[in-house]
Amino acid sequence: MLSANLSAVFYLISGILFILALRGLSSPETSRQGNLFGIFGMIIAITVTFLSIGNFSNGFIVVLIFLSLGGLIGAFIAYKIPMTAMPELVAGFHSLVGLAAVFVAISAFLNPAAFNLGSPGNIKLGSLIEMSIGAAVGAITFSGSIIAFLKLQGIMSGSPITFKGQHPLNALILISIIFITYLLCSSQSANLFWILLAVSFLIGFLLIIPIGGADMPVVISMLNSYSGWAAAGIGFTLENTALIITGALVGSSGAILSYIMCKGMNRSFFNVILGGFGATEQSKGNQNKEQRPVKSGNADDAAFLMKNASSVIIVPGYGMAVAQAQHALREMVDTLKKNDIKVSYAIHPVAGRMPGHMNVLLAEANVPYDEVFELEEINNDFANADVAFVIGANDVTNPVAKTDPQSPIYGMPVLDVEKCKSVLFVKRSLSPGYAGIDNDLFYKENTLMLFADAKKMTEDITKNL
Amino acid sequence: MEIDPFIFRLSIFILSIFIGYYVVWSVTPSLHTPLMSVTNAISSVIIVGAIIAGLAGNSDSIFNTSSIFGFLAISLAAINIFGGFLVTQRMLAMYKKKKKDK
Repeated sequence: MLSANLSAVFYLISGILFILALRGLSSPETSRQGNLFGIFGMIIAITVTFLSIGNFSNGFIVVLIFLSLGGLIGAFIAYKIPMTAMPELVAGFHSLVGLAAVFVAISAFLNPAAFNLGSPGNIKLGSLIEMSIGAAVGAITFSGSIIAFLKLQGIMSGSPITFKGQHPLNALILISIIFITYLLCSSQSANLFWILLAVSFLIGFLLIIPIGGADMPVVISMLNSYSGWAAAGIGFTLENTALIITGALVGSSGAILSYIMCKGMNRSFFNVILGGFGATEQSKGNQNKEQRPVKSGNADDAAFLMKNASSVIIVPGYGMAVAQAQHALREMVDTLKKNDIKVSYAIHPVAGRMPGHMNVLLAEANVPYDEVFELEEINNDFANADVAFVIGANDVTNPVAKTDPQSPIYGMPVLDVEKCKSVLFVKRSLSPGYAGIDNDLFYKENTLMLFADAKKMTEDITKNL
Repeated sequence: MEIDPFIFRLSIFILSIFIGYYVVWSVTPSLHTPLMSVTNAISSVIIVGAIIAGLAGNSDSIFNTSSIFGFLAISLAAINIFGGFLVTQRMLAMYKKKKKDK
């Protein structure tokens, strides 16, 4: 049996290894090593826990069975999951962290003696508060992530679900959570603990339903953050340094990602969280429908334009993920490169359904990461490029964001695609994007619309090159 | 006057938030998806609580309501740990540099 002090030191070491795991992600070269640090940290934490309990009876075998059962499922999912489904996977994983936090809190509430927290009905006040926070945040993470998962998977419609009195209702529920926690701490009643969990599950669900599909990058990051705070809450209850450090790291990581995503859309965090974006705008957009001429072309025209270009910038978006066009795109780029055409990729911060979504898909298609650029890095290059190839992106290229103060996306940083000599826009129809507004780019002189499925069009262009 | 141990834990917590803040800002945007999957994996260190809960049953019966929740939490966290680290590894393996000799 390990002494409490020695285990605390080991937990600290595993916390430091987790910090190094995140630090490794500052560049792709060090990232793989970082991931190994993370794995070591986890092995240390689990081993130390076993050694500090020192109970290798029947219970130990059952723990190993449950551990390997979960491990097998996890490993199976990790190998099978297609890269396009990464947002769903991450949302699903968040829900599991949330639920695990809830279960640990329940165990601790039912059997506080096992955790040195007092006895049932007489749990130390501080621990009870920490436990309630961990459980409530865990429950919100769980139900919120389930909704995010369903929306991303397309089982639930991605459009925002709003109803009258939604915000007052949510506010009321959030206040009641604080009130129930207070009552729980003063009465130690088990019933109140269950009510607290039920209400937290409910609010997690209600908080996410009004948020539309394209705001999912913010939602996923936010839930990432919540799962960290839930872990930290449990860490305080268990007086475990590894959990406290990790919870804080994950919590701040998710918060920073949400901030970056909100900034990428020039919207405040509250504007996104309160939801309903897109739903209201769509109806407005339909009112002043005017027919404007667009130029549309076919794969042959596109191939001709690109063949005569000396530099091409590719702007991928969520549509590329939906059409699974990343491999076809890479083949097209390979052909272009054979013709000595310079090709780079421009990624908007909110392209796709989660932070870094496009980068992963391009990496999967073997695109070298040093050909892929962020908005600030590449935005000035559009003016010097011959062709911009927009595949599956829309709102992030809309020049209206710079010119029309009335527009809902005014002020959002956009890619200066219109500065290119010519723009090729692969899209299925002229329908407006998520923000529900027309893209001025469609009607520009130098824009050629390619109405087709992204993957099919890319393949056709490659044939014609 | 003795300092409550809670204050020590709170200090660790707050300092870790600051570490997290600076470390995460230095993560390159192209690795934001692996960042999310790896934070997912490490937040499943909550499994230590689940193991304590699972092993808390007395010697007569290892299964009681409290330990069953512990066992379930072990499985959930294990899915995340294995799934999270492996999928991160899989993603990171795909990030390659341009071949120079071409």
